Amino acid sequence: MNIEAVLLWIRGPGLGLALGIFLFGMAIKLLEIFLLGRKKNLAAVRSSGVAAGFRTILSRSLPPDGNILRRPRFTFIFGYAFHIGLFVVMFFLAPHIEVSHALLGLSWPALPTPVVDVFTIISIIAMMALLWHRLTSPLLKYLTTPQDYLVWALTFAPLLSGYMAYHHLLLPYTWLLSIHIGSVELLLILFPFTKLTHAFTLFIARWYTGMMAGQKGVQS
Amino acid sequence: MKNDPSLLEVLRQQGVSRRGFLKFCAATASLMALPPGMAPVIAKALEQAHRPSVIWLSFQECTGCTESLTRSHAPTIEGLIFDAISLDYHHTLQAASGSAAEEARMAAMKANKGEYLLVVDGSIPTADPGYSTIAGISNLEMLREVAADAAAIIAVGTCAAFGGLPHAKPNPTGAVAVSDIITDKPIINVSGCPPIPVVITGVLAHFLTFGTLPKLDHLGRPLAFYGNNIHDRCYRRPFYERGQFAESFDDEGAKKGWCLYKLGCKGPVTYNACATTKWNNGTSFPIESGHGCLGCSEPNFWDLGGFYNALSEPSVNTGNAAAFGLVAGAAVGAASGIMARKEKDNTSHAHQKVTVNDLKRGESQ
Repeated sequence: MNIEAVLLWIRGPGLGLALGIFLFGMAIKLLEIFLLGRKKNLAAVRSSGVAAGFRTILSRSLPPDGNILRRPRFTFIFGYAFHIGLFVVMFFLAPHIEVSHALLGLSWPALPTPVVDVFTIISIIAMMALLWHRLTSPLLKYLTTPQDYLVWALTFAPLLSGYMAYHHLLLPYTWLLSIHIGSVELLLILFPFTKLTHAFTLFIARWYTGMMAGQKGVQS
Repeated sequence: MKNDPSLLEVLRQQGVSRRGFLKFCAATASLMALPPGMAPVIAKALEQAHRPSVIWLSFQECTGCTESLTRSHAPTIEGLIFDAISLDYHHTLQAASGSAAEEARMAAMKANKGEYLLVVDGSIPTADPGYSTIAGISNLEMLREVAADAAAIIAVGTCAAFGGLPHAKPNPTGAVAVSDIITDKPIINVSGCPPIPVVITGVLAHFLTFGTLPKLDHLGRPLAFYGNNIHDRCYRRPFYERGQFAESFDDEGAKKGWCLYKLGCKGPVTYNACATTKWNNGTSFPIESGHGCLGCSEPNFWDLGGFYNALSEPSVNTGNAAAFGLVAGAAVGAASGIMARKEKDNTSHAHQKVTVNDLKRGESQ
């Protein structure tokens, strides 16, 4: 079995398998959350809370009172640099948009490759800084579980292999493309069963918090 | 063989000047990524070389490889070098037919035992030997027989190198590559559908000069020609970098010569020399005429997921797997959610409320 055959499997049946497991896991996770229900609110509501929910999704992403010093600076700066970088790389590289076009029929304009490249480097540096911080800060070390290292590696692998594929580092492109797509498939497979689900549940939780606060007429 | 004219004599007879010959040697040296000092060595070796005996076997093929090598642009030095080998058996080109042709093959095999080159184009059927026979001999049998005493084998074209089009799904004839059958001989894969003519003459020149095969990649292809991918050598690469892509074959982008990645170009994973040596006597290569690379020098290029689908797109329809995952997940999730809800209800029903009396009883104890 040569690498060309491996790439073919990864682009075909492997991707189908990964997508199937991802959707399977996410459907379980989200339905479990939604079907669990919440306690009935017996108090009269001030508002429906729907708008407040959406407001909270946004407001929790901003520093409180516009002052980032009120958040742990290191985590805040590098955390945002990594997430923004990852977002740009994932959604604005032309070959990535082609995947969405093929799977969902949705496409949008791409960014020039060198721009995406800069965001990739930002993400990679930020992720390494965050790992270093996690390994050196006594508090973070105390809070860290093995799963934290796993999800770090699962996220880092596609970024690094994608960067290496684009720049033809170390291995031939066919190898790097296989490793890149393969690492994304591994990420998809483990996504629903790890804390990576925060990419979805984050918005659900924030919206719910905002809605509850809105119904009580308080700011969240 | 001793009385045969040398290669240079053959070329002289055909009107090739010494200057033209040396130019060819220098070009071959540079094409094969050899140091410039090797050009005279190649010239000397070729001057003295006697016409090597070549037996050419055509199996499940379309004759496109032979067409490419003999008729693409005539006459060139490559073409003449090709004429200058002693092609002792090639059932498309030779004048003899029937048993006379087979006798010529047997005679060449006997006279040059262990020294002749075997060139194969086309894949070999293994499902039923009757799918392809020559003079009543199955392809498999003939390949084994001729390969046994060959010095080396050159698998010309993607069919002979990797199975090619006959090997494409569902592969009704059970087509395989030469290297799937012969494992004890040096095999050099000159893939492509068809391959570039100069690659064949380059390999022949290397063999005549050094008596060895050139350096090969992991798929047995000469690195000098298959060391770079089309994408890296493509003149449209700057458009890829800038994110300027043709969206259809007749839009503004296509007219401006933008990158064909979105239209299915397989250049990034295709290793061949098209972008540098070009076709039709150096005129152009497919991307220059506005069509993406099909990846014809790669194994299974026919099954890479559609010629007009971008390389990053799934190579098969993943809709079924995704739908199955979603439906199964929804079913399990719903069941799990309902069970959790039931448990919650049961717990709240089982919950015993503490009454004032209970508290009083506690006090009295």
